Amino acid sequence: MSAAAAQPAGIERGFGRRLAAMPSAPPLLIAERVSKRFGALTVLDSVSLRLEPGSVHALLGENGAGKSTLVKCIMGFYHADGGRVLVGSAAVSIKNPKDAQVHGIGMVYQHFTLVENMTVAENLVLSRAQVPAFIDWKKEHAMLDSFMARMPFSISPTRLVRQLAAGEKQKLEILKQLYLGSQIVILDEPTSVLTPDEADSVLGMVRDMAHRGELSVLMITHKFREVTRFCDEVTVLRKGRFAGSGKVSALTTAQMAEMMVGAEPPSASAAREATTATAVVLSVARLEADDDLGLPVLDGVSFEVRAGEIVGIAGVSGNGQDQLVEVLAGQRRLRSGSVAVAGEPYGATRREIREQGVRLLPEAPLRNACVPNMSVAENIGFRNFDVSPFTLWRWLVRHGSLRRHADVAIDEFRIKTPSADERIGNLSGGNVQRAVLARELTGQVRLLIVANPCFGLDFAAVAEIRTRIMGARNAGAAVLLVSADLDEVFALADRILVMSEGAIVHEAPAARADLQEIGRHMAGRG
Amino acid sequence: MSQASPVPSSPAGAIPKAATPQAPGLVGVSWVKKLEPVLISLLAVLVAMLLFGGFLALDGLNPMAVYEEMFRGAFGTWFSFQNTLQRSAPLMLTALCTALPAQLGLVVIGGEGALVVGGVAAAVAGLAMHGSSSYLVLITMFLAGATAGGAWIGLVGALRAYRGVNETISSLLLAYIAIALMNHLVEGPLRDPLSLNKPATRHIGEANMLGPIPGLDVHWGLLYGVVACLLAYVLMKRTVFGFAAAMTGGNLRAALLSGLRVRRLLIFTCFLAGAAAGTAGMVEVAAVHGRANASLVAGYGYAGILVAFVARQNPLGVIPVALLVGGISASGGLLQRNFNLPDASVNVLQGILFMVILASETLYGRLDVWRFARRAAAAESVGSVA
Repeated sequence: MSAAAAQPAGIERGFGRRLAAMPSAPPLLIAERVSKRFGALTVLDSVSLRLEPGSVHALLGENGAGKSTLVKCIMGFYHADGGRVLVGSAAVSIKNPKDAQVHGIGMVYQHFTLVENMTVAENLVLSRAQVPAFIDWKKEHAMLDSFMARMPFSISPTRLVRQLAAGEKQKLEILKQLYLGSQIVILDEPTSVLTPDEADSVLGMVRDMAHRGELSVLMITHKFREVTRFCDEVTVLRKGRFAGSGKVSALTTAQMAEMMVGAEPPSASAAREATTATAVVLSVARLEADDDLGLPVLDGVSFEVRAGEIVGIAGVSGNGQDQLVEVLAGQRRLRSGSVAVAGEPYGATRREIREQGVRLLPEAPLRNACVPNMSVAENIGFRNFDVSPFTLWRWLVRHGSLRRHADVAIDEFRIKTPSADERIGNLSGGNVQRAVLARELTGQVRLLIVANPCFGLDFAAVAEIRTRIMGARNAGAAVLLVSADLDEVFALADRILVMSEGAIVHEAPAARADLQEIGRHMAGRG
Repeated sequence: MSQASPVPSSPAGAIPKAATPQAPGLVGVSWVKKLEPVLISLLAVLVAMLLFGGFLALDGLNPMAVYEEMFRGAFGTWFSFQNTLQRSAPLMLTALCTALPAQLGLVVIGGEGALVVGGVAAAVAGLAMHGSSSYLVLITMFLAGATAGGAWIGLVGALRAYRGVNETISSLLLAYIAIALMNHLVEGPLRDPLSLNKPATRHIGEANMLGPIPGLDVHWGLLYGVVACLLAYVLMKRTVFGFAAAMTGGNLRAALLSGLRVRRLLIFTCFLAGAAAGTAGMVEVAAVHGRANASLVAGYGYAGILVAFVARQNPLGVIPVALLVGGISASGGLLQRNFNLPDASVNVLQGILFMVILASETLYGRLDVWRFARRAAAAESVGSVA
């Protein structure tokens, strides 16, 4: 069935035309001296970028460098304070994402924006700016089939999105943009939820389509591997300013890294001292648990962590890591299996936590480990507000003592806050993480459980946090590190476990671990 | 590492949140924060009075004259003020039934049921202790009323903790069960054969009644209410228990991570809440009616919800708000006599007030007149803070 034959006669004529007319060359996109201020803070200072038709362009930069702000200015989420955006050769005014859509610019977000319980076809039709009151599904399916036939990658329109793998969902997000007629597609860290193989497959597809002249791609990323393998050009931002650009083929990774971080030396993690991993501290046996919907998500997880070692659990997010940490944190009930710390059964009660010296650095600390409405001092006091010297007559809390204790921690961990009385919800992500570190790493730590500790933090904070984690290990603590960032696992762990579909599927000492093999196991094809 | 805020449309994602420190020299800012609840509540009361004024005007009345009369009927004379105090006593206690669970993020609206159950239990205890010294009788009545009310709302907490039953719905439905239970008891097993028109239990005896506070025409129940509010305030703001409750109410995940026994905390808080309302029932029996009957179902439980919300769930705030709401209801009779308004019209005012208070929740954080000055100052210090 040809595309033209599938055109509906009456309704949505414009949309059909756009769909049929799509394979013309994408226009040139230029962002010219774009500036953006929030109050007196300049987050984007006269940044320019040129996206050539039919190319894949990487937008590189550290956390907070202004990549997202630039893209949001292009998409119309933000209104730039200076500069302009040109599509083709004409300056255009993009006031909101709908305007961007009219100019053929679409964005794929880091997190999926699909409705899980609907089919692929329903998701695509739903995404249109104007959905007719009555949907003629026969015609829509005919149109979709012809659309899919022209795509390098197709997903059956009748499948439920819930049943798609992460890589397929990401491809569907990209297909959705093409379906909507976007010729310039902006990808925001498109591979953060994919396995290396899936990432290669998605980016390979995108690159091939771009090189055939079907679209231009602007991709926010921080992975050099993706830049060198899939991108034609690169623009680097640093602290809201243009830091360099050029053809990827003409640049080395080291040059790009230098543009990204400036002349600062690379941050080094604390030295790994020789420890003799002996006593088993944490032992998890045949753990099973359900997710929020009551579906089994942990399927017999067993492993041990010894004193003085870091065990890293690698895996694509969503394979049960979150729930494993929640069980260990006492936030989720286990269906069967057992958790023991130093040989004693462990149920994450306050007494057990205190006696065994168990500490936790969960991911998203504001959501998982803090009460945003309580003060920094109170949040730092969560572990010990109910024991001497923070209590008076056993029943009353001595807020003054909590505050003085927090002042010491604020100094030692360099938490930037106006005062110990500030609501912790008002602090920046890195400072919230430092406050939680201060709370969790003060005192005797026998077992430290860490989940994605550096997610969303800048280089300096990452280095500091990794140093502290390594320090705890060197001091003899058993450390369990759950991280979706393979580099982090390799940098810190003594032993690497791979988790896939709710079970540990692979184990290797970090020194002898092979990236390819780990990737295969992450993808569940070990 | 990874960047880009997951919420694409939030501009706040790009500004470091720490960028709102209190800039030096702007001491007033913290005062605005502290006064905010008071200002917004006063504003809401004013708006509610305007709306009720419209209602009165439709009835052909002069709103100003009515408000003047209401003030006189509530606070204008020593007599009317004592009437107000009398009515505010049970309101303080039933308001705690909503305000205490609110510290944990629960919305309990079943104070009426706990009051009724507490009243019946107190009457039964008073009758059982007949012949003992009046102190002993009153102490037993208090314990019985508080325990019964506590168990009633404690059940709500247990259903929530172990079965995930919504506490708002269960407490409301349990209120109906409590009233039906009381009706069954006073019409059946506990009925005083001499109570003909209005079935009731036997009288606990004049000697055993809770008398007036010396020098006032107000019964001791007022003191119960004030003391309960003060204790609740200390419990929630100063104790280990209150700290744990604030953690649980503020972020359940953080509370679990800290190993708090969230379920026990929840059930016990609900027990205390019910005990407060049960004490209100005991006061009504011991100080006002002398027996348990349908007079217990006077709407104090529901008015207590209003008091708790206007007081922003702050146990100290409950005291003045209970006086205000008590005053509104005390003036009802006067309005009826002088303006020929139905007695229930003050309920219209209470209803409007409740709606306006709920709507005013959206104002928080927007009253800050120095916001712009502070933003500018904050932005300057961003470099050092963020």
